[in-house]
Parts: sequence; structure tokens; C-alpha cells
Amino acid sequence: MKYKHTQIAIIDYDLGNTYSVLNAIEFLGYKVLVTSDYEKLKKADAIILPGVGAFEAAIKSIIRKGLDKILAELVLQEQKPLLGICLGMQLLANSSEENGFHQGLGFIEGSVKKIIPISDATVPHVGWNDLNMVQDSKIYSKLKDSKNFYFDHSYYFECESKYVSATCSYGGLSLAASVQKNNIFGVQFHPEKSQNNGLRLFRAFIENS
Amino acid sequence: MLKRRIIAVLTVKDDIVVQSIGFQKYLPIGKPEIAVEFLNKWGIDEIAYNDISATAKGKKPNFELIKKVAKKCFVPLAVGGGISSLDDVRKLTQSGADKVIVNNLLLQNPSAVKSIAENFGNQCLVASLDIKKDVDTYKPYHYLTQKYLPYTLQEWISQIETLGAGELLINSVDRDGSYQGFDIEALKVIQNFTSIPIIALGGAKNAHSFIELFKQTQVDAGAAGNFFHFTEHSVNICKAQINRVQAWVRLETNANYQDNPIDAEGRLLKKEDDILEHLLFVKIEKEII
Repeated sequence: MKYKHTQIAIIDYDLGNTYSVLNAIEFLGYKVLVTSDYEKLKKADAIILPGVGAFEAAIKSIIRKGLDKILAELVLQEQKPLLGICLGMQLLANSSEENGFHQGLGFIEGSVKKIIPISDATVPHVGWNDLNMVQDSKIYSKLKDSKNFYFDHSYYFECESKYVSATCSYGGLSLAASVQKNNIFGVQFHPEKSQNNGLRLFRAFIENS
Repeated sequence: MLKRRIIAVLTVKDDIVVQSIGFQKYLPIGKPEIAVEFLNKWGIDEIAYNDISATAKGKKPNFELIKKVAKKCFVPLAVGGGISSLDDVRKLTQSGADKVIVNNLLLQNPSAVKSIAENFGNQCLVASLDIKKDVDTYKPYHYLTQKYLPYTLQEWISQIETLGAGELLINSVDRDGSYQGFDIEALKVIQNFTSIPIIALGGAKNAHSFIELFKQTQVDAGAAGNFFHFTEHSVNICKAQINRVQAWVRLETNANYQDNPIDAEGRLLKKEDDILEHLLFVKIEKEII
């Protein structure tokens, strides 16, 4: 089994739902660890940046642990595959306006903005929503007919359409559900909480990258 | 389109899932991790784990037990009971909880609630409020003291919103364990008070309770405890019935009960003969993801 030789690293920045992601990756049979250690991240075949939490607290914690520099080296220079989940995807942007203005990692040009529905809808956008695929993406290669995933967010990623691989409709808006740029992927939904569709996405991300 | 959610509530007392009747009587059901394993397989949309003995006894949440539960849970897991600080929330999210449910803390320590939202985001914070009808108005009620709070429902909800709650879990005390259906009258009032998602809880008897809820209100989710525990495939059979009226919910389990006649009480009836004959030649392969 080649699975057993694939090493996945989940970034530990004190906030975030590392356990659920760890659990899903373990379920798929990969070697996985939760870490913020440079040597360990360097040895990993793919890196996952999870996220539950507020943008400001997360980015401060990342900078405090020096993870911004480590990720820039491993992901931008060495081209290691990276998957950002929810807040982890938003952290890839240049900036966020969640509770003030904050700088992000800037890996995918874009900014994070508050969802302001046009039609009647509540915020946060929470629940299972269908994706509209707008661009081929290897992370979706194992999906079947159903394309719904679990979302839970109040802010969304705004960027050029060339980076967007899928959108979702909510409150009269079309929000970026996933973004990608070279070896960097971000999903606004929670694959670790999207039952089988989520497991299919993790499998595709790891096998195809 | 955003689907409505069906949420299973695990009422946990002394580490055992119980059936709750009117906030007073409790009957044991079984181990939380086993309940979660089945609910997850049957296609539940979300699980709310509510430890009702922790706060009452001044105990912390049982983090080890929550880890065990989270291991079987590939859908969102909200955990409530015994949360008194930011540190508890940190430990819970590290144990696999995606959201925390606060009730008593809203009264005891509003600033702690606010800091949960600031640190973990609004989406992580579910505010639970118990409501009860007093003569002809609905009032917020406190489950520990079994008394009404000194606020109107609208005042209390707007206070909760300013603390940064991302969802409201509305629990009808009058309907708890009553099998009379959701308190639709109350929910219609409440949905006008707030712009954050609402989860309705209390009184669900069968799929018709959810159908009425989704038809008559805009609430995002319906939650139930008791009725999911007592029959095999309770979740997917319930969802199949809901989607016959309108495709409100997600139904993706292999057993989707689309061909089964279901009686008014929600019991499965025998399939038509020609469907059964055809089925003999269908082989469903187990998917290896």
C-alpha cells in the first residue's frame, strides 16, 4: 500500500479544528501528524492548513510561530501541495476585513470580505450547499453526482475568477467555494465534516498532487 | 441551493445518552460514541452533543469522551455543557468539536462568551435558549433555576446577538419530549427578531414534524433527540419522507428509501412486487473512497 508511505502534515497554530482533519486523513490510511515544526513540515508530502476561528487571532499565531516564513519556503519555493480549509483558505489571501483590517499570507491574490446577502438570507452561511464547478480541479476528480459540502462562514474570499474552481450560491450572491493557484488549493467548506464527499476530496487532493 | 439541516441531539447525562422528558425525567439510551457512529452512517447532517449534568454539577466537559465521539463523526459536531472559559473551548476544538453550545454562560459570564466569538469566530458559537409560554407570550427560561429570565424574548435575543453568536438553538420547554411537533408559533415570532440562523428543538415526533417546520417557517435546521434513537435508519427514512414533499434536505445514503411506501406514522411498508423483482438483480458495491 503506497498510502502508508505518504506523509501528510496538518499545521498546528493553536487554533483550528486539527482533530477532525487528523481523523479524516487517518481514516483514509495515510501517515499524518499535527505540527508546526519546520523539519517535520519539510518532510511532508502535502500540507493542510485547517481553520476554525477568527482571522486576526489565527494570523497572529501563525506569525508568532514563524509559520508564514516556513510556508513561503515550502509552498512557494519548493512547490509542496497545500490545502487551506475554511479560515485556512482565507488566510491564503492578501488581507481580511474581519474585525478590522489584517494582512494574510498573500499566497493567492484576493481579499476576505463580509458576506452581505442581497436576498433574504442569514449570516453566517451555515449548512450543506451545492457547488457549481467553474473550472477543472484535481481536488474534485473523485466526486460522484452529488456535489454538496458543509459550509460555515461569515466572510468570503474575493479574487479574480481565474483562481476560482467552484462557487456556491447564497443569499443572491455567488461566493467562491474553492480557489487554486498552481500547487495551492483552498476550500471554503469543511471537507472533514462533509461525510463521504469530504473524504473523496481529501483522497483526490493527496493522490493527484 | 442551501439545504435545510436535520440535527440529532444527544442529551448526555453522566456520560450516557438519555431520553429527556419535560426537562425532568430521563431514561438511559446508551453510549454516545455508538449513537454517533450510527447517526453518521444514516446520513445525519449535524450532531449536537449536550451534556446536561456537567454545568449542574460544576464539572468540565468530558474531553476524552468527546474525542471518542468525534472519531466516529464525519459531520459537524457541536458540544454543549460545562463550558465556562475560553480554555474549555480551546480544549473542545482540539478534541474534535466544531462548535460550542452555551446557555448558562450567557448569563453567568457574557464577556467570556464574547471572547469565544472573537477568538474562534461567530460560526463556532451556538447560543442555546430555552423558551416557555407564560400565559400568552413566549419568554426566555432558565433550565437550571426553572424560572423565567427577567427579559422579553426580543431583548434576550438581541443581547445574545451582540455577544457574537453564530446560531440560535431554540429549545421549547413545553414541547420537550412531548412528541407534539415543533413549536411553530414561537419560531414564527422568533425568526422576525433575528438575522442569524435558527435551529429548532423540542417536540419532533416524525418526519411530518420537520415537514411542517420547513413549510411554515424559515428556520435553517430542525433538531431532535428522542425519535432518532429508537429505530433503524431513522435518519434516512425521515429524510426520504421530507424530500417527497420538497427536496429540502440532503439525502445521499445508499439506502435512500425512494421506492418504499411509508405509512402516515412513518413506518416502512413492503415495496411493490415489480420493484422487488428488479432489485434481485441489483448489486450495490461498497465504495472504497
